[in-house]
This record gives sequence, structure tokens and C-alpha cells, in this order.
Amino acid sequence: MRFIFKTDYTQDIKLAKHGGHVFWYSVLAAFLLAAPWLLTEYSLAQLNLVLIYAVAGLGLMLLAGFTGQFSLGHAAFLGVGAYTQAYLTGVGLPFFLSLGVSGFLSALIGIVVGLPALRLKGIYLGMATLSFGFIIEEVFARWESVTGGNAGKSVAAIKLLGYDLGSGAGFYFVCLLVTVVCTLGILNLLRAPTGRAFVAIRDSEISAQSMGIHLAYYKTLSFSISAALAGMAGALYAHNLRFISPDQFNLMQSIDLLLMIVIGGLGSIHGVFLGAIFLIILPQGISAVKEFLPEFIGQAPGLKSVIYGAMLIAFVLFEPMGLYGRWLKVRTYLQMFPFYRKGMFKRQKSFQKSDRLK
Amino acid sequence: MQFLQLLISGVAQGCIYGLIALGFVLIYKATETVSFAQGELMMLGAFGGLVGMTMLGFPYWVAVPSAIVAMAVFGILLERVVIRPILGQPAFSIVMLTIGIGYVARGLITMIPGIGTDTNALSVPYKDEILKFGGNEMGIGALVLNVEHLVIIGATGILCALLFTLFRYSKLGIAMQAASQNQLAAYYMGIPVQRLNGLAWGLAAAVAAIAGILLAPITFVHANMGFIGLKAFPAAVVGGFGSLPGAIVGGLVIGLVESFAGFYLPDGFKDTAAYVVVLVMLMVKPNGLFGEKLRKKV
Repeated sequence: MRFIFKTDYTQDIKLAKHGGHVFWYSVLAAFLLAAPWLLTEYSLAQLNLVLIYAVAGLGLMLLAGFTGQFSLGHAAFLGVGAYTQAYLTGVGLPFFLSLGVSGFLSALIGIVVGLPALRLKGIYLGMATLSFGFIIEEVFARWESVTGGNAGKSVAAIKLLGYDLGSGAGFYFVCLLVTVVCTLGILNLLRAPTGRAFVAIRDSEISAQSMGIHLAYYKTLSFSISAALAGMAGALYAHNLRFISPDQFNLMQSIDLLLMIVIGGLGSIHGVFLGAIFLIILPQGISAVKEFLPEFIGQAPGLKSVIYGAMLIAFVLFEPMGLYGRWLKVRTYLQMFPFYRKGMFKRQKSFQKSDRLK
Repeated sequence: MQFLQLLISGVAQGCIYGLIALGFVLIYKATETVSFAQGELMMLGAFGGLVGMTMLGFPYWVAVPSAIVAMAVFGILLERVVIRPILGQPAFSIVMLTIGIGYVARGLITMIPGIGTDTNALSVPYKDEILKFGGNEMGIGALVLNVEHLVIIGATGILCALLFTLFRYSKLGIAMQAASQNQLAAYYMGIPVQRLNGLAWGLAAAVAAIAGILLAPITFVHANMGFIGLKAFPAAVVGGFGSLPGAIVGGLVIGLVESFAGFYLPDGFKDTAAYVVVLVMLMVKPNGLFGEKLRKKV
């Protein structure tokens, strides 16, 4: 077992709590930096996707996992970012400038959509974002002069200071840079007063309000940061695929994003990355086992959705804390061996009282 | 004539939205959870009717009630097996769970050999019948009514009357109202709240099955017909999420707006009109037309 002897208050908010963290994250960083030389081209492309989804997931995690609001239309922000990026780089703006604009525009649209709904409770934000998702998908399909309509739009490769960063290691490092910056930014935000306010809102709106937290302001802030991250992820997504069309940003994509953070583990930054890895690996796992199944199951078009749905149900029922929660349990078991008790991670059930008739 | 035509098809479509929204509201009032699987329950109901008629060879009037009863039992089982264990966890978990149920239902249907991946027609007795009123002898300018639409409107009316009677006069309905108002107090009065929650799911599934069977002659029966449930959310929100009559009225509003937008506005507005209405509604009157006032007390 490890005991941390605290001698200073700043130890409580340090990102790396002890030597073990420093060591393992250094190993991870070294691996990520060396990845282009260690992995095959295909694995590197998959890693790119993981990083891109992780950026979008960070935003959604901030909103759903840390502020307790949920959005059913996050793919729309992904799409806004992607199309903005495609348009601006097409016009000839430099990459990082247009990345910033994509994020900013998404955040702005997020505020416009979220503002009315955020003054209300839970489910209404879901409804507003769901509606917004459908509307924006239609806009992508109809606004042909900018988006290319249903035929899709091809995206130029990234050019930075004369270097072509369109593919391979160059693009990977761009993704890695954006992901690391976003992750550190979110981690930093969460240990600052703003992040604490978000968590307070998640845990109890009433107590947060009585502590002087302006609910509508902080909810809108959380929603706009979340939308901005999704927008930046969308910008990278556009460069990764090099071709975007409206149906890539439909409701299924939004639900994929939600699935990712729920399976990864709501309320943890690790969960975002675990969820992103899961989301990218799962389709490959499915196509690997497909051949061993009887034909009417293996060849059914709905196989993927059955597995997604079953995974989701299983996680919500048996492991509500997701993959990261499972890892925490394993780690605690190993650390405390043989003193682990069964009920250590038991969540207190809070029975929902009707908010309608109080 | 054009106007009347649009009005009637809008009302018929709105009745379907209303029936699905009714399912949302029933579940929401009983258990404070939002079910995203309602559209899929509707799809399963329609497939139930189809299987009854084609595979088991039932006549229409036997297949429909048996599909409805089967879906009610399915709803009760669903509540018992997957919903009840996680009651008390955050609402978000239940939303994700019902999304998962929807995915599984949609996928499993495609695995039924023969009918799963096809678009099937349900051979209802009133299929393709048309009533004509007025107009000249060439039939121009006549009011052409689709019997399918009239059946939907009629069935919805009857169902609403039945539900109203259930909730107003029967012991069961009053117990359900009590449980929805205050679960704890209902427990103290000896009302079996858990069993009522199960029944609410059963009722919602049965209503969804009815909607599915009514919709079947118009859109045909296929695995993705449940996506229409996504338009029932706007209906529920417009009506106010906790109100049963509101669900039907909201459904009618959405149906009519969609029908008129499809005709008078440019392309693309038909599919998004419902969502525009919701966004406007959330800005103007967030609790919906019939919603109760939301106020929080400590």
C-alpha cells in the first residue's frame, strides 16, 4: 500500500499525486512520442482516431460527467467544427487559426442553443440538443455553397510553415498536440474554482445555488466549452477523413459519443481515453468474430447495433462506473490485498423524488 | 380542399406522434425516467402484428389484440428485468439504458430470417381504400380521404377515451395517479408502487404497439420505423412532459406543423419543422402547453 504524507495544501491539487504517476505517465508520453516509429501505418491511423474521439469525448465528459447535463446532439458540434475547418482551410487560412475559429464558432452556437434549455432541468437540454442535431444535419445537407450538400466536401491537407502535415507522422503529432493541450486544459479547469463549480452543480443544483454559484452562467459555460472541444475535434476529424458529408454527423454519431463516455466511465478523464479506445476497437472486434457466428446472426445488418446496445445495457447495469471504475476496483484490490471488501465501491442509492410536485 | 386534405393527414400523423408521446409521458409520470426505447417498442408491436398475421396465420382481428397483449407483457418484463435494478441511479443511466434497449431491439429484428431486413406490408382490411367527397364528375377538386388516416384518428380518439376513463374512474388509475404524485405517500397508503411502475411500462408498451399497428399501413413495417419515435419527443415537450392530454395535443401540433410545412415551405422544412417548433417552444413557454409549473424547493 502507498501512503501519501501530505505536508502542503498544494499537494491536494497537484496533477501527479506521487512518484508512481510521474513514472507511468512519462512512460505513456514516451510511447506516444515514439508511436510513429513503433506502430504500423494502420495502427497509427487508428491511434489518430482515438485521439480525435478523445478530444470530443473530453468535451462531452465535462458536460455530462462533471456538470451533470447531457447532450444528445454533440455530433452537430463536431459537424460545425468540421465544416468550418473545411471551408476556412479551403479559403486558405492557416491551420491553427482555423482550428481556433472552428472551436469558437461551435462554442458560440452552443451558447445560442443551450441558453434557453439550460435554464430548465435535465431532460430539456437533451431535447434541445437532439432537435438542434437534426436541424443542423439538414442545414449541412442544404447549404450547398458552403458544405457541398449531400455529395460531401473534400478537405485540404494541413500545411504548416510550408510542411505538408496531411498524413502519417505529421498529422499524428498535430492530433497528439491538440489532445494533450485539451486534456491538460480540462484537468486544470477541474481543479480551478470554475471546475469545482461544475462538480457542485452535478452533485446538487440546490446546494450549488445556495453556495452562490450562478447556475445558468456555469451551465452555459460548461456547455460552450464542451461544444468548443467538440468543434476542434470535428476540425481534426475533417482533416483525418479528408472527406465529410452530413450523414457523418447524425444522431448515431452523437449516441456513439455518449456511449464512449458511459463505457469509459462517467466522471473521469481516464474514462474518456478508455472509452475512445473501446469505441475504435469494438468494430474491429466485431468483424473479427463475425465469421464464427451462424450466418443469420453474423450477416445480419443489425449485428453491430445489437452488440453496441448489449454493451451499453451491461455497463449501465453491472458497471455504472465504466471501464475506469473497473480498473479502480482492480487496482484497489491489488493495493489492499488481502483486505479488499466487497462493498467498498457500493454507490449510495439516491431515490429520485419527484421534482414536479414538490 | 387542399387545406382540408393537409389538415386530415396532419391530424392522422399527429395522432401517431401523440400515441408514442403518450408512452413517454406514462413512463415519465410513473417512474420519473425518460424512455428512449418507445419508438422501438412501437416497431416491435408492428412486427408482432406482422408475425401474427403472416407466420401464425391469424386473422387481423386476432393478430392485433394478441400483438398488443404480447407487447404489454414484454413491457412489464422489461421493467422487471432491466429497469427496476437501476432505479435510484442518476436519470442519465436510465436514458443510456433505454437507448441500449432500442439498439438491441432494432438489431435483433434484423436477425429474424425472412422478414427482418425487408420492408413488409401489413395486410389490413382497410388497406388502400379511399373515400371521395364532392368535386365534379371527373373527380377533380374532390376531397380524397384515405381510410387509413381516418382509422388512425378514430382509434386514437377511442384510446384516449379509454385511458381517460381508466385514470379518472378506476381504482387502478387513481392508484397510478397517487403513485405519480408522491411515491412515498402512496407506499404508506398501501399502494403497490413497484407493481404499478411495471404496469405503467406495460401500458406504455401496449400504447406503442397500437401506434405501430396503426402506422403500419402507411409506412410499412421495417426495422427502422422506430425512428419516428424521435419526432414524438418534440410532441411530448410541446405538450409539457408530464401531461397525458398534453402528449396528444403536442402530437397533433407537431403533425399539423409538419404537414403544412411540407406543403407551403421549401424542401427540407418538413423534416425539421418539428424540431424548430420544440426549440421555439423551449424559448417561449418551456413547460409546454399543459406542463405543470416547475419549482424547486429544498
